[in-house]
Amino acid sequence: MKVSEKDVAYVADLANLELSAEERTRMVRDLNSILDYIERLNELDTDKVPPMAQVSDRYGVDESKQGSERFAYATRPDIHNGLRKSLPHAEALGNAPDSDGTFFEVPKVIER
Amino acid sequence: MDLSTLTIDEARAAVAERRTTARSLAESCYARIQKEDSQIGAFLTLSKERALEAADRIDRLAAEGKPLPPLAGVPVGIKDVMVTRGLRTTAGSKILGNYIPPHDCTAVSRLEAAGAVVLGKMNCDEFAMGSSNENSAFHVVRNPHDTSRVPGGSSGGSAAAVAAGMAVATLGSDTGGSIRQPASFCGVVGVTPTYGRVSRYGLIAFASSLDHIGPLTKTVRDSALVLRTIAGRDPMDATSADVPVPDYVAELEVPVTGLKIGIAKEYFGEGLDDEVRKAVEEAIQTIARLGCEVVPISLPHTEYAIPTYYIVATAEASSNLARFDGVRYGYRAKNVRALAEMYRRSRDEAFGAEVKRRIMLGTYVLSAGYYDAYYLKAQKVRTLLTRDFDEAFKKVDAIVTPTSPTPAFKIGEKANDPLAMYLADIYTVTADLAGIPGISVPCGQTQSKLPIGLQILGRHFNEATILRIGHAYERARVN
Repeated sequence: MKVSEKDVAYVADLANLELSAEERTRMVRDLNSILDYIERLNELDTDKVPPMAQVSDRYGVDESKQGSERFAYATRPDIHNGLRKSLPHAEALGNAPDSDGTFFEVPKVIER
Repeated sequence: MDLSTLTIDEARAAVAERRTTARSLAESCYARIQKEDSQIGAFLTLSKERALEAADRIDRLAAEGKPLPPLAGVPVGIKDVMVTRGLRTTAGSKILGNYIPPHDCTAVSRLEAAGAVVLGKMNCDEFAMGSSNENSAFHVVRNPHDTSRVPGGSSGGSAAAVAAGMAVATLGSDTGGSIRQPASFCGVVGVTPTYGRVSRYGLIAFASSLDHIGPLTKTVRDSALVLRTIAGRDPMDATSADVPVPDYVAELEVPVTGLKIGIAKEYFGEGLDDEVRKAVEEAIQTIARLGCEVVPISLPHTEYAIPTYYIVATAEASSNLARFDGVRYGYRAKNVRALAEMYRRSRDEAFGAEVKRRIMLGTYVLSAGYYDAYYLKAQKVRTLLTRDFDEAFKKVDAIVTPTSPTPAFKIGEKANDPLAMYLADIYTVTADLAGIPGISVPCGQTQSKLPIGLQILGRHFNEATILRIGHAYERARVN
């Protein structure tokens, strides 16, 4: 049993999820079940194996270059398709749950 | 015009030759949706105005005798994880229940520029998290072959709509198998291209290093047609590859004789349903008779794929879903006293159980003290899994496996056991982790008439070979 209720409460905090008591109990059970299964990765010796964060490095990276020049494949000109207006203000606010017409409005921040 | 068998080629030809109009084709699809979708649940939103406007534009061109774009008049559905400008996009979630995007997904723009008519948005598991389409916040999708069973997921709506003749083609997304597995359960073709082959711009992110967009269609040729349209470098997606797009359709006719097909023993072990095994073995015989050489291979790290996937995918998801906080768009909880409470309650009230589970797991494996043991470890195993494929592709040109260990299971059967649900992805997640392309083609049915899918995996950017093999097999099977 790796994960306790306390762990679940801590992680829920990090993830900004307000779990109910019932959800917390189920989460302890589900997470433990999954983490138990995941344990098998420890059967593998990966000491000398480099980590793979993503696939695109394999065929884009220029090994002959250094630093960020190796990732030139992922870049594009700053000005793409010519200078254009950015997303209009009104559209950007279009899905706002609350707004004063200029800004997104949210409840006040209170120090905890 | 029989919508249950209509292909892209037939639709285009009928419109180009003025045997029908794009508008009438769209209207037939809507009539069918009206009649059947209450039993299936494939669509979340219909876009009649957008569709008929696009159809009329095509019809005007046709009437003036002007050349038509490659997918002119073809009615398509778009999985609701891809944004469509001005058209509600929910990702299958209440947290985006009323979200109206201000921009279009690149893959959608390319389809529409090619003349395709977007009928509406397809139902899916919430944020593409699921293997059965039971996690949609709106309603379940049912398998058209047996409505007591799941269509597969997460692109369940996309697969079901094609199977039921409600759309000629759809776009789905695949992170752990979500195009191929529902294609297999619903008896249609599904293609997961190489990572980076199709732009992810406009795809609501689940796991950024694993997400793919791809077609679901009735035939391999139709998938080749769609792929040719949506693939290619997009400056708006830094991970989209600067690799030329072959003419996948022309390449379909290149003979498959002499190709080496790998059969990996790890994909034919315990847990594989007998009827699926039999159908896949017969399919392999058929492919061998086409002149391909069958070569036994091993992918030794296969059993570690699911744990690797569920660490990497959930970690990336926990990060990607942090943006849903009730501030700028989406659901915001009412009666909150302070900002922190707004974040926590908005997310708790509007995210479904599976999404929360994955966010929690992802946050846990990334948290201080656990990062090395889980996330870093998983990234290293990902390298080992990818090397398995690199080694295999030195010996063979393609790898053939079952798409799923079982045919479509009953609705509710795995819903209470998340781990059992995860294990359903066993044959599909490896491709996503390695970034290689895969296709699922129908290869038969069970005694109770449930479709069975055959998966063909290929080298990076070698969609042409797997499409070719799928096409040759499809033709041999029919004859």
